[in-house]
Order: sequence, then structure tokens, then C-alpha cells
Amino acid sequence: MNAPLLSALRPKVELLSRPFIEQIIDEAIVLLEVHGVLVENEDALKLFRDAGQDVESSRERVFIKRELVEQCLRTAPSSVTLVDRQGRESRFVGGDEVHFDPGSAAVTILESDGSKIRRPETSDLVRFVRLTDALPHLHFQSTGLVSGDVPEAVADVYRLYIGLLHSTKPVVTGTFRVESFAPMRDLLAAVRGGENALAEKPLAVFDACPSPPLKWSRLTCQSLLDCSRAMIPSELISMGMTGATSPVTLSGTLVQHTAENLAGLVICQLARPGAPVIFGGSPSSFDMRKGTTPMGAMETMMIDVCSAQVGKHLRLPTHAYMGLSDAKVNDTQAGLETGLGAVLASLAGINVVSGAGMMNFESCQSLEKLVIDDEICGMAYRLLRGVAQRENPMAVPLYDAVASNTNFLAHPHTRKWYKQEHSFPSLADRDTYDAWVELGKKTMAERAAEKVKRILKEHQPELLPDDEVRALRDIMARAGRKAGLTSLPSDRRAEK
Amino acid sequence: MERDELLSKMTDAVINGLPADAGELARRGLRLGLEPTDIIDRGFVPGIRRAGELWESGDYFLPELVSSAEAMKAAMAVLQPEIEKSGSRNEGRSLARVVIGTVEGDIHDIGKNLVAALLSANGFEVHDLGANVSPERFLDKALEVDADFIGLSTLLTTTMLSQRRFLERLKETGHRSRFKVLVGGAPVTGQWAADIGADGFAENAVAAVGLCRKLLGERP
Repeated sequence: MNAPLLSALRPKVELLSRPFIEQIIDEAIVLLEVHGVLVENEDALKLFRDAGQDVESSRERVFIKRELVEQCLRTAPSSVTLVDRQGRESRFVGGDEVHFDPGSAAVTILESDGSKIRRPETSDLVRFVRLTDALPHLHFQSTGLVSGDVPEAVADVYRLYIGLLHSTKPVVTGTFRVESFAPMRDLLAAVRGGENALAEKPLAVFDACPSPPLKWSRLTCQSLLDCSRAMIPSELISMGMTGATSPVTLSGTLVQHTAENLAGLVICQLARPGAPVIFGGSPSSFDMRKGTTPMGAMETMMIDVCSAQVGKHLRLPTHAYMGLSDAKVNDTQAGLETGLGAVLASLAGINVVSGAGMMNFESCQSLEKLVIDDEICGMAYRLLRGVAQRENPMAVPLYDAVASNTNFLAHPHTRKWYKQEHSFPSLADRDTYDAWVELGKKTMAERAAEKVKRILKEHQPELLPDDEVRALRDIMARAGRKAGLTSLPSDRRAEK
Repeated sequence: MERDELLSKMTDAVINGLPADAGELARRGLRLGLEPTDIIDRGFVPGIRRAGELWESGDYFLPELVSSAEAMKAAMAVLQPEIEKSGSRNEGRSLARVVIGTVEGDIHDIGKNLVAALLSANGFEVHDLGANVSPERFLDKALEVDADFIGLSTLLTTTMLSQRRFLERLKETGHRSRFKVLVGGAPVTGQWAADIGADGFAENAVAAVGLCRKLLGERP
């Protein structure tokens, strides 16, 4: 009777065989050895020279030897553990763990009724962060909106500042300018209690995008170097576009993707061996008709799933831009593309999945979509828990002598297990037709708008102590003044 | 007869996007004693026009369209020097001059390259400044070549703001009325173009050619 329970199978999807993965990696290394990579950063070039690599100075091109790549792969850690602002909750980024976070960095926000897009302001950013803080399936927040009411020169620092003030969740962020790293690091160190504490318990991940094909720009290189030296995890976001900035075949794009990420990883390890690096990306299919980069394309998702396989093979934590849509409003396409992406990303065991709330080719955030996507992510997590045996035997003892007389609804077994076996959506419509009519024939987007309002009214994120708020404000104000910002925009409107 | 056949082969070479053939046919035309302007107008231009039509009708996708533009460029590389040598034709001067580039902070230039290729294939004099172009460089070049159009491209949502900055700078320096400023790129919309006070925006490279022609008061 008490035989051990069979364990649930972790559902998984893989698109590449092992030899296929190995050949992708091998070709990527050949690319780095033979064609090299452009590195537009003197500091990084010096590191390459010191490591005995051939550097073609006139063209800032570095030929990276296989041995160096292999050596750097040995020193890069296979996981990262992010710790929330309060130092309480840890999130393991590695293995097949999946964590969703909102997509960034949107320059527009969709009005809640879907009527138009506009430039976001501080109050939008605050609402976005507070909403993220409340949504249970988004484990990380991201600096997902670029506030239009602060100078561009500090927009990157500012969004991190707002994020840290209004949410405890770890942050996926990044720099727009080289000068922004220092104040951003200072913000993080201020809430963590110093740079050493920050290195020990990372609170943020910095995204850095190479420029396809095969180039690391001055800004992104500097981000890698600065992060590594501070032991802040860098998330490598290679973003080839099939047939436009990378080979048109999915496999060819994967070779370039891998090469660019490996070059980034080498830069990180040269700056500081052992620095945390996440093998990520935002590659996309390139639409040969529209000239756009559909993130909701099946081919885009396929490249992402493969990229994660490559990253896992290299024993690195992984990331992808999935679970987002190119739709312009919260319509069928938005749900379809986001749902497919979130489910595939989960099945692929991608550690950091960025995309929730995002639409229109990574350019627009929607608060309503963010809550819909949170529900989608919840469904994906349910899928990952797989099918459990629960009891052994599983069913036979439940039946009455006359099997057809069994009342399952009243059965203690039902009451015991239903909440663990089944999930209850708050947005998806499960009403009868008449009940749905009675409730006003609302669409998912309309229900989502109501939920956004409700959460923003009710949810009170945990506050920082006053002295830490002051410390953050001082750092922000200093960075702001350098960019000509005399006073910080008030976010009181959003707090109401 | 042989001439007509050659001219139609030129047209086909552009339609089929074969740069090497187009260059060779252009040289053959010159050897046969054809006027370079005739070769362009009757041989190659019908090809690029047809490629544009095939694009508009949905038969051509970007790879075909770009190959056609490349073929056109290859032919022009052979013929342009001949026109300049002979100075035979006032119309040798291009339709208009365009300074184009991807704005500061953005290194993505596919969209911009497409627009540049199609504009030059359609007879515009294109000065392509590449990617990550500062506002100063745009303005200096536009003044230097006395441009009619300045095209600002961006792919990143984060660098869209550079388009606005350039227009502001143009106003500050008192050059705003001198150039028509066109904006484009994945995140750019007609609304954005209107918001920042640009003169126009086009959805794609073929539309960009039409837009430039329209702004010149030509048949699009």
C-alpha cells in the first residue's frame, strides 16, 4: 500500500540533438578564431592583448583562441542566485528553474483602454513597478519603461531608482550610457549595505547586447567590464535577425548567437574570472516582407529554445526574450504569442524569461497585458509541476462498491487534492454564457484593466526605511544634476 | 534588334537581382556605343520600377527587392562615370540629394541600408553616413552636399529620442526650413514623426522612395 510514489516527470522540450549542439558551439568558436569579433573598447582590447590574443588594432578586431574560450567557460559559474531587496528571498538562476520578468525597455505604454500608445512618465513607471511587485508569477522586476519626463542621460539610472523604491523583487536592468553604471551600482549597493554585500547577494542583472554581426560596442563592453568587476551578473543579449544581421537559417543564426555570447563571456571572465554571466538573447526571425522583427514568430521562439540548449550544454544560466507579442492591443494575437512563448520557454527550462507585458516588437508595455501575462506564466508553472501520482494506488480505492454511485464531489479525496492539482484563473473567462452576459460581456482586456486598478489600489509594496530612501534619493539627485535635472519628478500621483 | 534585346536583358538582370550580369550588360552596352543615359532610362530603370511593382503587389520580398537594388547599383557604378566624363546630360544630376544614417547610439542599419539602396537605385544621390551618426555629422554633411533630404533611422526604442533631438538641434541652428527631414525605423510611427515635427515617415523602403518623390512634387 505504501509503495514509494513515482516522481513527476519534468516536462521538457528540446529541438537539437547533442551532436547538433556541439557543432553549433564548434562553429561559433571557429568564427571567433578565424573571423574574430569587433571590440570597440580600449580597456577590453587591452585585456585581450594581455591574454595573448591577436588584436588587429586598426580595426579593433580580436581573434579569440579556442583555448581562451574554453578556459573562460571553466571559470564562469553555472548558476547565479539573486536575492530580493530585503535580503530575504533567494531565486536560484540555473538548472531548469524558470523565472519570468517583464520585458524591457519600452518607450511607449498602451493606454488602459487600448486606444493609443504614448510616452510613459514617472507615474506610469511607478504603477508598472508596483504592479510587478504584486504579481506572483513574475519573480523579478525589470526596468521596463523609459520615463519620458527625465533627461535621456539619466533615464537608465532613474528607472532603477524607481524600481528599488517601489518593489522588493530583484531587478533585470541595464545601462544606456557608460557613465550610468556608477550611480546604478551605488543605488544597488546602498540598499544592500555596501558593494561587498552586493557582490555576495546580487540584487540586479545587467543586460548587455552585442551588435550583430559579431561586435561588442564601447557601451556594452564597458557594462560587461564594470559588472564583472563588481561581481554583478551580466546577461548577454545577442540579437541576430535571421537573414538581416545574421544567417537566414535558424541554425546559422544560432552559430553567430553563440559566438557573440561566447565573446561576451570571455570579456567578462578576463575582467574578473568567476564573474557571473547569463547566456541569454533576444534573437528574432526577420520578416522579409515587413522588415520587422517579430518576437511572436514561431521561428523566433525556436531559436530561443535552441539557444537555451546551447547555454545549458555550456553549463551556464540561460535567458531569453519570450512570452511577448507583436500585437498592438490586447487581442487574440497578444494572448496567442505570449502563451506559446511562455509555455515553450518553461518547457525549455530557460532560467530568466523576459517579456511579460510587452508588445509591438519590444517597444510597448501594457499594464493590462502584464496582468494577463502573469496569469499565462501561472499556467506555465502549473505545466512544469507536471503530473503527480499523489497517492498509491491513484484511483482504485476511491470507488464505492457500485462504482457508478461514487460521489466525487463529496469525496474527501477531492477536497484534499483539488487545490494542488488545479489552478484558478482570475482573468480567463470560465463563466457560463448567461453569467458572462450578466457581468457585462467583458473581454479579457477589460477584465485585465479592472484587475490593474484593483491591484494598484490595494497592493502596498514593502517600504524601504527612511534613511535608505534618503540615500537612494541623494544618489539619484546627484546623477540627475549632472544631466541638468534640478529636481526629481514627483511620483506622488501614482502612489495615490 | 540586338540593342532592344540587350536593353531587355538589362531590365531582366535588375528584376532578377543579378549584380554581376547587370554590370557586364552595362559594359556591353557602352561597347556597342549606346548612350549611358539611354542604357539607364531604357535598360535598367524599367527593371527597378518593375521590381518595385513586384514588391508592391506582394510577389517580391526583401531578399528579391534588395538584390534588384544591388543589381541597379552595379549597373550605375559602370555608367555613372561615363555620364560624368561626357557631361552630356544635364539630367545627369540626380533627382535629389539625400543624407541618410542611423542615429547616435544605434548601430542597426539594415532598414537604413534598404532605404539608401532603393533611393540610389531610383536615381537619388545618396550620402550614407552609416550607423551611430551624431547630430553634428548629419548637419555638417547635409550642409556640405546641399542636401534636399535628411533621413534619420533608428531601430532601438531607446534611440528614437535621438530623432527628436536632431530636429530640435536643426531648429536651434536655424536650418530647419532648409531640409526635409524624414524618419524611419521599426519603432517609428507616423504619429511619432508628427510629434517630433519631421516632414515625413514611411513604412518601408519602397514607400520611402514614393515619399521622397511626393515631397519633390513628382509622380510617386
